[in-house]
Amino acid sequence: MISFALSDTQRLARDTAREFARRELRARARQCDEESRCPAALLDQSWTLGLVTASVPEALGGGGVTGGQTTSALVLEELGYGCASLAAMVMTPMLFVRPMIDFGTEEQKNAYLPPFAGPRYHAATLALHEPSFTFDPADLRTTAELSGAGYVLRGEKRLVPMADRASHFLVMARGERGPGLANLEAFIVPRDAPGLSVDTGAEKTIGFQAMPWGRLTLADVKVPVDGRLGGERGIDGRRLISTLRVGGAALSVGLARAVTETCVAYAKERVAFGTPIAQKQAIAFMVADMHTEVESMRWLVWKAASLLEQGEDATRAAVLAQDYVARKTMKIADDGIQVLGGHGFIRDYPIEMWFRNARLVTVHEGPVAV
Amino acid sequence: MVDFRLSPNDLEILEQIRQEGLVVRNYARHYDDHEEEVAPDTLPEAARFPPLLQRVLKRPADDTPAATFQMLMSIARSWGDTVVLRRPLRGLGNAALSAAGTPQQQSRWGKTVLAMAITEPGCGSDSKAITTTARRDGDSWVLDGEKIFVTTGIRAQGVVVWATVDAKRGRAGIKSFVVMKGTPGFEITRKEKKLGIRSSDTTALTFTGCRIPLDHLLGGDETIPEQGSGGFRGVMKTFNMTRPGVAAGGVGKARASLDFAHEALAAEGVRVDWERGRNARGGAEARLVQMEADTEAATLAVLRASWLADMGEENNVEASVAKSKGGEVSRTVPQGCIELLGAMGASRDYLVEKWLRDGRITDIYEGTGQIQRLIIARMLFGYASDELS
Repeated sequence: MISFALSDTQRLARDTAREFARRELRARARQCDEESRCPAALLDQSWTLGLVTASVPEALGGGGVTGGQTTSALVLEELGYGCASLAAMVMTPMLFVRPMIDFGTEEQKNAYLPPFAGPRYHAATLALHEPSFTFDPADLRTTAELSGAGYVLRGEKRLVPMADRASHFLVMARGERGPGLANLEAFIVPRDAPGLSVDTGAEKTIGFQAMPWGRLTLADVKVPVDGRLGGERGIDGRRLISTLRVGGAALSVGLARAVTETCVAYAKERVAFGTPIAQKQAIAFMVADMHTEVESMRWLVWKAASLLEQGEDATRAAVLAQDYVARKTMKIADDGIQVLGGHGFIRDYPIEMWFRNARLVTVHEGPVAV
Repeated sequence: MVDFRLSPNDLEILEQIRQEGLVVRNYARHYDDHEEEVAPDTLPEAARFPPLLQRVLKRPADDTPAATFQMLMSIARSWGDTVVLRRPLRGLGNAALSAAGTPQQQSRWGKTVLAMAITEPGCGSDSKAITTTARRDGDSWVLDGEKIFVTTGIRAQGVVVWATVDAKRGRAGIKSFVVMKGTPGFEITRKEKKLGIRSSDTTALTFTGCRIPLDHLLGGDETIPEQGSGGFRGVMKTFNMTRPGVAAGGVGKARASLDFAHEALAAEGVRVDWERGRNARGGAEARLVQMEADTEAATLAVLRASWLADMGEENNVEASVAKSKGGEVSRTVPQGCIELLGAMGASRDYLVEKWLRDGRITDIYEGTGQIQRLIIARMLFGYASDELS
């Protein structure tokens, strides 16, 4: 049954996230970007909202909310509206928690989830991207070879979120079954695993400047059998990758909405040739299209997120959301600069920062997960 | 709960419409080539399919709401062709009658097919500039003027005509009148020849001293308010439901073209691999994914606008968003599919070139894409129509 109806709980979660994004993320975004600094106090503060803890099973001290991918998409849009870059840092732990909840064995959940029910921000992350211009999650170069009583991981990972403080990395690799999303494997690798080196100083990007990205080198990292996520059953790689794609898309919708809102306010204020530029069709139509696309891309995200929540195959829906949201977000951010003209180019206004963030978030497979 | 899945019952209904669509496609080329002919209201094959009306009316109340499902059916019908198995006994004038007619008027004309006559040779989107006049003369209204682009003008039994009762008062002076066929002074002057949707009759009408009874004024209120737009805004509300419907028609042409492109290319070894990452997609594959995403976005915008109507919520802007997206994909997707298919895609051996021609009107009628952008922008900026036009 087709419905766009949100529950009271979902509205509350959305409004809480919106308020936090407006008050905290938006206020700090510029300084964090300029200083390439991730504020630990903000992360701890965000933790009290329970955005990550809510998903941890009750028995392990969490909120026990199951599913919730639609709610997660709502929250990510709001956080992305505040600042996509800071939002990604706040939500990075979900990159570890979501797959753990979706695919982890009981032993794995019991062993790895409790820190996420604690009182302070706890970082663990997902290592997916690799140093290749034809990167394809369905065709990873990092390999996991079955060897004796465990696996041996070899490869390089790039653009790993919150790598500077993550206690564990969920390393995505090509297993014995070969390429293909369905054959993806994930391995739990502790930060101090022999053979793993983490470089967090060198990874700089056009946007998300405050994000402590990391480069991982896996030189024959040994992972015991029980370090394979999902144990003997393994994981559903299509589902895992879809949660990332939808997460990144949800964040982008918020970013695009922020650009649109800023352009509306600016175009009404800015006078040229005697009238506000908002009264000129050249500007008004550009801004109208921004609104149209923000609306449209949101429904693509909702569709994919709700399918994930309902346990349906969301591979195609996630690809469509990713493709559409990426194209339209980039167009909106780019047009946003155009609407503000010279002011769009200088760093006194947030538009150029959002433009840079948009370029990063729409090519990363997903710095967050729903 | 946010949900985009359809019930088995609804899927069956939509599947029947698709099956009917495959049948009407057999007639598509004929009525495209023979524009002077009017396709029958009921095709012979109609007997093969159980009528859907009762089944649709009996859909469970807790299923996808009615207007939203109506949009999915419109997309599925348009996917078939503009020729239909059974022509529904409604025109755009019927929507105006439902929205603005008095109870007496609704019971009197509710079962007739009514066309809607707004556009004139000198005005289209700017409908407040219409020059057809309605003059009160004793117990009658007397209409004078010329109307063009009247859909279903041939088939309809009557027409809802927009005319001004006081040209100095702009939109507040515009009223709509029901004029039935056979009324002296009302003439159909021609049937237009068009780029596409040729099986849909489009006519030009003239009214010359055309005299109708007073109670043919739609809504029955002839007063011109000192402030506001009078009934104009009310009549414009008709578009909040018809615009998503028109957009759905455009989405249907995009969907049909895309399904054809997928099938034709797959037969020659080009398929979308939904598991492959975006940087690993070939050119044709990437284009298909993009057009799928565009079509899906337009579909969801249409469903959103109609769902709001189902919930009894305001959907003025969402109707324009839907129309804007539907208009866009009706142009870009069939064009893109032909581009992907190459020269053979332009051949009249296949219907994709027809879907491009048929779809092209979507971004024009019931408010051009530019009009939709004006409506959306006015809402965003809080402008009245005289502040942004």
